[in-house]
Amino acid sequence: MRVNRSNDSWVQDLSSGGAAQDKALTDLRGFLMLALRKPFQDSSGVDHAFLEDATQEALVKVLSSLDKFEGRSRFTTWAISIAVRSAFTELRKRRWKDVSLTDVIENAGGASQIDVDSTLGPEQEVQQKALIDKMYEIINSGLTKKQRDALLAELSGMPLEEIGRRMGSNRNAIYKLTHDARKHLKRALEASGYTLTDVQAAFGG
Amino acid sequence: MTLSRRQLETLHKMLSLTKSQELTCDECQRNMAEFAETALAGDSIPENLQAIELHLASCGDCEEEFRTLLKALESDEH
Repeated sequence: MRVNRSNDSWVQDLSSGGAAQDKALTDLRGFLMLALRKPFQDSSGVDHAFLEDATQEALVKVLSSLDKFEGRSRFTTWAISIAVRSAFTELRKRRWKDVSLTDVIENAGGASQIDVDSTLGPEQEVQQKALIDKMYEIINSGLTKKQRDALLAELSGMPLEEIGRRMGSNRNAIYKLTHDARKHLKRALEASGYTLTDVQAAFGG
Repeated sequence: MTLSRRQLETLHKMLSLTKSQELTCDECQRNMAEFAETALAGDSIPENLQAIELHLASCGDCEEEFRTLLKALESDEH
């Protein structure tokens, strides 16, 4: 779908009210529906109604955020980025709706202890275990409960958005929370004499 | 509490990327469109957008949305 409209024209028409706004909204709705279709076509739980809802949600956000569009990209690219986020917000909510934060945290590492790398010699094995024990100690004792819960849930693959929903917070705040946790963990490891190279050697993948 | 080997590897990656100052998800979102157009054009990432690259490497939610935005733009004829 080709939309021949400049950035200024989009903003002006969407802000105008009346027929010009209606036409711009119709154009944008059609454009966003088409833009979302391909990347989401193979996603489980995504159908036409889902895309309609995500597009509608995005249109509302675009309209309420017009003053935040700074013109550093095409208007349509900016609008798609908002639509993509709206779609994922709903998709993540649906996918994780039956999963509690407690279950995710309690099952964070699975049923078994970390498997020690069988290619390591006895001395390296001892060093690896010491580093892992130190890591657990810092996570358990050095982080706040909120930081620990958010970090463990993130490591278990739960989206930040869903962690936030369960902690009465939001994605932005959860990112800050886990960022603080990472900074603390990094500093505490370094204070204990471990470098990131040591961590890499132990379980850097 | 125990972590799987995969989680420990992920944690190592996260720690190696951790900086004292990082963009938040909202800040990343505000710059994502410009970053995506730069990436699709194959241009080098200007200094003011490099923090986006770091955030995307550290945040699964934003990275997933960025990949999807690129797919949408690649299929877009506008």
